Amino acid sequence: MDALILARWQFAIVTVYHFFFVPLTLGLSIFVAILETMYVRTGKEVYLRMTKYWGKLFLINFAIGVATGIVQEFQFGMNWSEYSRYVGDIFGAPLAIEALLAFFMESTFLGIWIFGWDKISKKLHAATIWLVAIGSNLSALWILIANSFMQEPVGFKLAKDAAGNVIRAEMTDFWALVFNPHVWLQFPHVVTGAITTAGFFVIGISAYHIMKKSKEQEVYRQSMKFASIYGLIGIILVSLIGHSQMQHMIKTQPMKVAAAEALWNTENPASLYLFTWGDEEKREDVFAIHVPNLLSVLSYNSLEGEVKGINQLQEEFQAQYGSGNYVPSVFLSYWNFRLMTGVGVLMLLIAIFLVIKTSKDNFDFKPWFGKLLIWAIALPIIGHSTGWIFAEVGRQPWVVYGVLKTQFGVSPEAAVSSGEVLFSLIGFTLLYAVLIVADVYLMKKYAIAGAADKVTEA
Amino acid sequence: MDLNTLWFVLIGVLFTGYFILEGFDFGVGILLPFIGKDDRDRRMVINAIGPFWDGNEVWLLTAGGAIFAAFPNWYATMFSGFYIALFLMLVALIVRAMAFEFRSKDKNPQWRATWDWMIFFGSFVPALLWGVALANLIRGVPIDGDMTYVGGFFNLLNPYALVGGLASLSIFTLHGALFLNLKTSDEVRDKSKTFAQKLWLPALILTLGFVAYGYAETSMFLSLGLNPGIIPIFGGLALLSVFWFIKAEKIGWAFTMTAITIAFSTITIFIGLFPNVMISSLNDAWNLTIYNASSSPYTLGVMSIVALIFVPIVLLYQGWTYWVFRQRLTKKSELEY
Repeated sequence: MDALILARWQFAIVTVYHFFFVPLTLGLSIFVAILETMYVRTGKEVYLRMTKYWGKLFLINFAIGVATGIVQEFQFGMNWSEYSRYVGDIFGAPLAIEALLAFFMESTFLGIWIFGWDKISKKLHAATIWLVAIGSNLSALWILIANSFMQEPVGFKLAKDAAGNVIRAEMTDFWALVFNPHVWLQFPHVVTGAITTAGFFVIGISAYHIMKKSKEQEVYRQSMKFASIYGLIGIILVSLIGHSQMQHMIKTQPMKVAAAEALWNTENPASLYLFTWGDEEKREDVFAIHVPNLLSVLSYNSLEGEVKGINQLQEEFQAQYGSGNYVPSVFLSYWNFRLMTGVGVLMLLIAIFLVIKTSKDNFDFKPWFGKLLIWAIALPIIGHSTGWIFAEVGRQPWVVYGVLKTQFGVSPEAAVSSGEVLFSLIGFTLLYAVLIVADVYLMKKYAIAGAADKVTEA
Repeated sequence: MDLNTLWFVLIGVLFTGYFILEGFDFGVGILLPFIGKDDRDRRMVINAIGPFWDGNEVWLLTAGGAIFAAFPNWYATMFSGFYIALFLMLVALIVRAMAFEFRSKDKNPQWRATWDWMIFFGSFVPALLWGVALANLIRGVPIDGDMTYVGGFFNLLNPYALVGGLASLSIFTLHGALFLNLKTSDEVRDKSKTFAQKLWLPALILTLGFVAYGYAETSMFLSLGLNPGIIPIFGGLALLSVFWFIKAEKIGWAFTMTAITIAFSTITIFIGLFPNVMISSLNDAWNLTIYNASSSPYTLGVMSIVALIFVPIVLLYQGWTYWVFRQRLTKKSELEY
């Protein structure tokens, strides 16, 4: 098989897999930091128990996130050497800064947090988990600065050799890179998504223990109460920011929007296609339910407004960049986008319901609803994965939008043969499959063991 | 000193820090099956590096990121070229990281034994591969006119590189045995001293062998001349002195000496490479240098400011960690891992 296809599969698998765990790390680190702060300020035992219980689950998750993150630092060089050469002058900087500012901070202070319970003062100990939370979220910021350059390249120029051929892209304005508008939509979107993830994680496990009437009910009820609010704040913000992202995207990556909406042709006013079964080859609908004007409303907050379609954009791109196919997979873009927004709506409903219910100290759940809450742990993870698949697939055929096509970024066959890519692809996939079994096993074990019993290791 | 040179130095510093710090982590991991006779002892071994290993590993990630930011062509050529070797190293580092966190979270002896072997494997493979990689860097590898490595995987496993691998493996293991002796007590402490004594001679022979072989195999040592200067000589003398420091029960000094050996060897290699970052065995004109592999002056400038602000801060708080956990582990210590 083609090295390009294999390299893309490998990137998709290792990155999506890595991101199963990262949002929980980001959101739960803040959650645990808040709990420990409450313990330090009030001295209440229940907050310490909550800190330790959720902290333990946090650590199991953190480990696999960190371990799978190592690959991320090197895989651009491994499979995407031509990409690395072409944009390394820009793209390498945020990666290096991420390691220097964020990775050192989170890993060093996490070490102190885990091992330092009786070595440093309570206040200092609480400070270390805050530094872990800040470090983790800073790392998200810098990697999203890197990703935003791929989505919306800014602050660069194309450097040419003596003959006038473009050699590579070079950074001209570091702050433009940092203050790329795309960053300040994507980063809050990811962080509030992470807060939602942690919220639903805590809700689901607490629901299990509330239903089972485990010891230490106070821990789970308090957790459920906090997490409902935490999750609700997260999901409201993630939706609002997501909406702004879409309005921004229509200006900067119109093709991605068109693909997300399966909008074959330009419309004004534009309808929202709630459900489309289309023929991607012929670029037409087989069956579609649409709401008139709604896409214009979503895009511009007005009943009117032109939203460009795939066919027209394809022509524009051909005129600008030469012949070629500039349409990403509409199937993947459309359905991942719908799945993401779908789970978002579901989470919003659940969170609103829970906040109202738990604010009255009512923890009486119907068994089916309790079970639903446990399964709902998966919802934000589905949201993150589908959201990222949409964001990356929708950018194709570009790896850096309008600057470099994906096919030109891959390592040359002379350096990395397709056999080698296949080998590492199978290797990583098998390894990750084994790791997730161990991870889920431990996660389940510690979640079920509960906060009452200190699970003894010795 | 221009910015290209500054970044070459900085990356050298990052690798030096990485090898000193994760060097003993690797050594401890390699010694785990041999020193820990029962579960409690094995846990003591792992917990000796418990608070540190993750922070130590970030030195590698930072070095990787720094190469990408400052010398994108070096990053692209090396990591695509050393593809399978890097894949093996990544697999090793991944299972090792998981093993530290997971192994003591279940009582099942089979579970623990499995993860213990992962720690061993995950420490052994990188400790060996780093020597192989560095040896190949100074020996030169087939790089064509487009900066593409064209040698395949097995080309990296030449005898000279394998000796380099064994040298790094033995030094890291010795370094780890000394660290373990400093951080533990009772049987684990005694055993690690015995291991350090046994490992000293092989480490010395392999290192000297590697240097001597290098005179025949690479141009780097020739360019250094018969009197290579003070740094390599002191690196060698430090390793030599380890034996007497162990004998005199001055383990802290012995550990300092292995750290110096590792640091000075790394520095020697970087000095030998300069101004190249990768040597082409096909044509000298195809070498990657700190100029033709580098980022633009603007990027180097930005990154210099970032590094000069944050590297000292990192050093400060990482140093603090070692201060917080300066005490030895005893049989009574609460163990987290």
